[in-house]
Amino acid sequence: MINLIIAIVIGVLILIMAIIAVHHKNIVVGIIAAGVVSLFASILYLLLAAPDVAMTEAAIGSGLSTIIFFYVLNKIKRQNG
Amino acid sequence: MVNTLLFISAIIILLAILLTFYRFIKGPTAPDRLVAFDVMTVSSLALIGLIAKFSSRIIYLDVAIVYGLLSFLGVIIVSRYFERGL
Amino acid sequence: MGNILEIIGAVLVLLGSVFLFLGALGLVRMPDLYNRIQAGTKASTLGTFLTLFGLLLIIPEWWGKLVLLMTFILITNPVSSHVLARAAHYIKIPLTDKTVADLLNKEETTYKVNEEIKNE
Repeated sequence: MINLIIAIVIGVLILIMAIIAVHHKNIVVGIIAAGVVSLFASILYLLLAAPDVAMTEAAIGSGLSTIIFFYVLNKIKRQNG
Repeated sequence: MVNTLLFISAIIILLAILLTFYRFIKGPTAPDRLVAFDVMTVSSLALIGLIAKFSSRIIYLDVAIVYGLLSFLGVIIVSRYFERGL
Repeated sequence: MGNILEIIGAVLVLLGSVFLFLGALGLVRMPDLYNRIQAGTKASTLGTFLTLFGLLLIIPEWWGKLVLLMTFILITNPVSSHVLARAAHYIKIPLTDKTVADLLNKEETTYKVNEEIKNE
């Protein structure tokens, strides 16, 4: 019962956050929203009783891809300015 | 008794996550949204602890540890990018 | 005996979730970025700590990972809020109108403090 309520709320939040990540003008906000999508998806995997997939999703989606996005953004800024 | 109280606590934590989500949508600047991200991840860390209690499996707490580490790393990276570039 | 301990733990979990809710409410209602950092991060640190401590009282066999998680939150959450506030001040996010002193911004601060001393 409580698992169903948590899954519905987290799923709706993932949808709205993905729309923000695609359509926002500021690119930093888009990257943060992509990180939030990945962290909430890890909770959803946890509710489906797959803790190993949840750990991998949190590590790669939120940690590694955020670092790579900001590294590339910094390089692009330095080349243009 | 105990399970009812934990059920009510999980509902209150979900309401808190919804409120921080409102700040994430509305916040005027990028650091506002970063604060909302921080509070959201810490609240959902408590939620993961409650899910581990409901399912009574200790392996879920490992996910909570990794989750806290990565949310801390994300906040540090973004604020370092704001301050002087990564 | 174990039953009483479980009920105390459940009440602590409820108290922690109420603290998390109040922190989120402060995040919505405060007028300024720095006030939002103050309200949100402190209340959410205490709320998560109380929730995990209540879980520790309910299930005492999980003490290892729960104590590790509590120590981790108690160390890292103030650090992240401090770094965030410093970066926000560095890129000049505007303060609210009711601010009295800004100790990181040297010139304005000395001016305001001197004026207050003269008035008294």
